[in-house]
Amino acid sequence: MFGKSNNDKSGGKPCAAMDSKLVEYLDGRARPAERHAVEEHLSGCASCKTRAEEFRALWSTLDDLPEIVPSREFDVSLRTRIAAEPARRNFWDWMPSPRFAFAMTALVLLSVWLSSGPRLVKSPAQLSPAIQASKVSTEKDFGMIQDLPELENYDVISKFDALSELPGPPAASTEELQKETR
Amino acid sequence: MARTDVQLMLDVKAGDEQSFELLLRKYRTPLVNFLYRMVRNTAVAEDLAQEVFLRVYRARQEYAPSAKFTTWMFRIATNLALNSMRDNRHRQMEISIDQSMETGEDEQPPLEVPDRAPTVEQELVARSRAELIMKAIHSLPEKQRAAVLLHKYQEMDYDEIARVLECSESALKSLLFRAYETLRVELAPFVNHSARV
Repeated sequence: MFGKSNNDKSGGKPCAAMDSKLVEYLDGRARPAERHAVEEHLSGCASCKTRAEEFRALWSTLDDLPEIVPSREFDVSLRTRIAAEPARRNFWDWMPSPRFAFAMTALVLLSVWLSSGPRLVKSPAQLSPAIQASKVSTEKDFGMIQDLPELENYDVISKFDALSELPGPPAASTEELQKETR
Repeated sequence: MARTDVQLMLDVKAGDEQSFELLLRKYRTPLVNFLYRMVRNTAVAEDLAQEVFLRVYRARQEYAPSAKFTTWMFRIATNLALNSMRDNRHRQMEISIDQSMETGEDEQPPLEVPDRAPTVEQELVARSRAELIMKAIHSLPEKQRAAVLLHKYQEMDYDEIARVLECSESALKSLLFRAYETLRVELAPFVNHSARV
């Protein structure tokens, strides 16, 4: 699976694809299928088997590297650097005080409420001349459409002279209507 | 119940300075050691480690737990180390056992050698061995070096290391293989051969 094995004890090149499998296998993190494949290869390849053993021994040797201890001044120096950092300001830092912020908010809300309140109804005497004139015109138009039923009567319309007043509801036309409906 | 790193960092975000102290105490030593093994200079390593914590502290308001805390922290550390080495801002002062022995200097970096009442000779051997291991690790290309340090000494998962180094998992595994292959050859005379597969 990993290519042709050779008998050269770890001196030759590693077998193909072992480079991405061996470390994971030795770490114990390989998936079962991959672990099985690596073990199968190692059982048949002396070179890779030797290499695997030497990797294990190397890791043990690397454990011999001692740790160094941070100096006593480390924390002090770090705290000094942190203290020297400019203080970060957020939006609320710009407000003088919470009371002021509350007062401003209340003022804004009050303004919004006042501007959206209901309009006061004015008496006719308080209306401007322009408004008064338009009021009269409106009444006049209403008077015209008040007579609309007559305007829908053909007999009325046919005899209607636009320049004269509208005739009243003719009685005859009503009787004729009754005759027709019988 | 102990809080997780993410919970601690969220508390730092909320203004809890004590939580930051807890994170500092927990990661101060691993971070300094990682950086020391990257740059091979204690003063630079401590300076860079402080810079990491400073950046973590600065970013506390914007912190969002999209990844593990250690992934984030070690990514900052790795980038700072790589930048430091590339910029070469700091003078590389190699800690040389040979030099210190010749000049008779008593000052050594504070190494934690296992306290088994070693003899002077044993301590010298241990320091020499440590120096050779450090030298071998430091001879690796930077990305391989970071991969080995995060894998071997921080014991991070592959996906976490891949995120720190901004590469795929398969690329990381190849990186690790090549690094260990190089170290296997470099350290062959000093390898402990008691380990068996």
